[in-house]
Amino acid sequence: MTAADMGRALRRIAHEILERNKGVEGLVLVGMYTRGVPLAFRLAQAIKEFEGQEVPVGSLDIGPYRDDIPSRGTTFPLRRSHMPVDIDGRKVILVDDVLYTGRSIRAALDALMDFGRPSKVQLVVLVDRGHRELPIRPDYVGRNIPTSRWEEVHVRLVEVDGRDEVVIVRPPEEEGDEE
Amino acid sequence: MRNEAAGPRRPVVAQESPTWHRRYLLDLDELTSQEILLLLDTAEAMREVLSREVPRVPALRGVTVVNLFYEPSTRTRASFELAAKALGADVVNITAEQSSVKKGESLLDTVRTIEALGAKVLVLRHWQSGAPYLVARYTRMAVVNAGDGWHAHPTQALLDLYTMRRHLGELKGRKVVIVGDILHSRVARSNIWGLSALGAHVVLCGPPPFLPAGWRPNEGIGGSEGIDLPRVQIETGLDQALEGAEVVMALRLQRERMQGAMAPSMREYVRLYQIDERRLSRAKPGALVMHPGPVNEGIELAPAVARSAQSVIDEQVTNGVAVRMAVLYLLAGREE
Repeated sequence: MTAADMGRALRRIAHEILERNKGVEGLVLVGMYTRGVPLAFRLAQAIKEFEGQEVPVGSLDIGPYRDDIPSRGTTFPLRRSHMPVDIDGRKVILVDDVLYTGRSIRAALDALMDFGRPSKVQLVVLVDRGHRELPIRPDYVGRNIPTSRWEEVHVRLVEVDGRDEVVIVRPPEEEGDEE
Repeated sequence: MRNEAAGPRRPVVAQESPTWHRRYLLDLDELTSQEILLLLDTAEAMREVLSREVPRVPALRGVTVVNLFYEPSTRTRASFELAAKALGADVVNITAEQSSVKKGESLLDTVRTIEALGAKVLVLRHWQSGAPYLVARYTRMAVVNAGDGWHAHPTQALLDLYTMRRHLGELKGRKVVIVGDILHSRVARSNIWGLSALGAHVVLCGPPPFLPAGWRPNEGIGGSEGIDLPRVQIETGLDQALEGAEVVMALRLQRERMQGAMAPSMREYVRLYQIDERRLSRAKPGALVMHPGPVNEGIELAPAVARSAQSVIDEQVTNGVAVRMAVLYLLAGREE
């Protein structure tokens, strides 16, 4: 997925959000760290271009809500979650880069509920790579990319990584690989 | 790149992101500045949790944290307990007076018992310097030093750093003056390491009997002790020390140690080293006034200073919970 593909997908999703929710009334975009946050800001920017109206953007670190305690070497600093408005009764558009097992989204829903009681939660993902382990489905998808479990999907964003792209990486074959 | 077998459940973070590998927090001298900043950033996220109506997240659900205290403590113990509870952990408090320690059980036996009961994290306060180091060698639990003798009190230093950083931003080049009984202060010692790692200019000030032997007034320390702390300076005169300070940290005067010939009289200490409004005016306008508590009213700080707008003493206590949440959260990680 190139930078242009990504831009087109995000603009389409912005239109879909507006269409499905009949405008911006009561919307809050909430990005999930790390890369969901810049994506949420980009969607807000696109919506502003189309409708001339601001949608508040929040950010969420789901670290403390994971269903497994992370191993030490993979613990990043937690980031401060922030809700720009009271989410009670609002329509929250949750934004993440890759949808995979669904466990992060499960954690994000728990985290959101601790902030309030949204009237609806809808899910935007830039990439859906399949392999769900929980009954969770996205409402808006940038692109469906069928993958195998041993592949990795890397979403890179200008704000975090210096460039926009989505690439699939096959880790180097390990000795005694099952295949 | 890290990518555990279970599959990337969170986005892979850019390579330069710091990671945490430690199972112990014994003192700040073993941490890199990156690790200290990672802890402080995580504390910032924890502060958000504490600001909620229901300040609780399920991060350490199912984890048992034991507070084992061989010394009296109010704020540190309560702070660790609240931190553990805010993370959804189960907490057991054991104080030496009410435990089998009274029956002569050794420290290591007590620790083994606690581990056998299923605890994952041990928070230890001990009157003996080095006790948490000994324990860490003999247990698989994560160990946090909650104060050992005169040696170290890393979570207090972290909450001090966190409080300074919230008010001042980056600490590099900031002048921080620590006043009082440096010799007996584990708070001072841990702060010296942490502040030095973050590039602050540390000035230690107190009567000569309260300065560690071998540290000569008006000289940087290091060299003879083989420690490289170029930014730490010793000053016996409080007025000179406070010149241009951005943080003034008074230490608790341990009255029990004020007897004996080595110590100046209390009245003399107050005359020469109490932070009052006149002396504070030598520091930068708005300089932060800090104290690890409990404050001896009218000794280390003049009451007007302790209660002034510049005093962040209460905020230190509040921040202590967020910082200890960050410590527990990071230490409780699974084995790699």
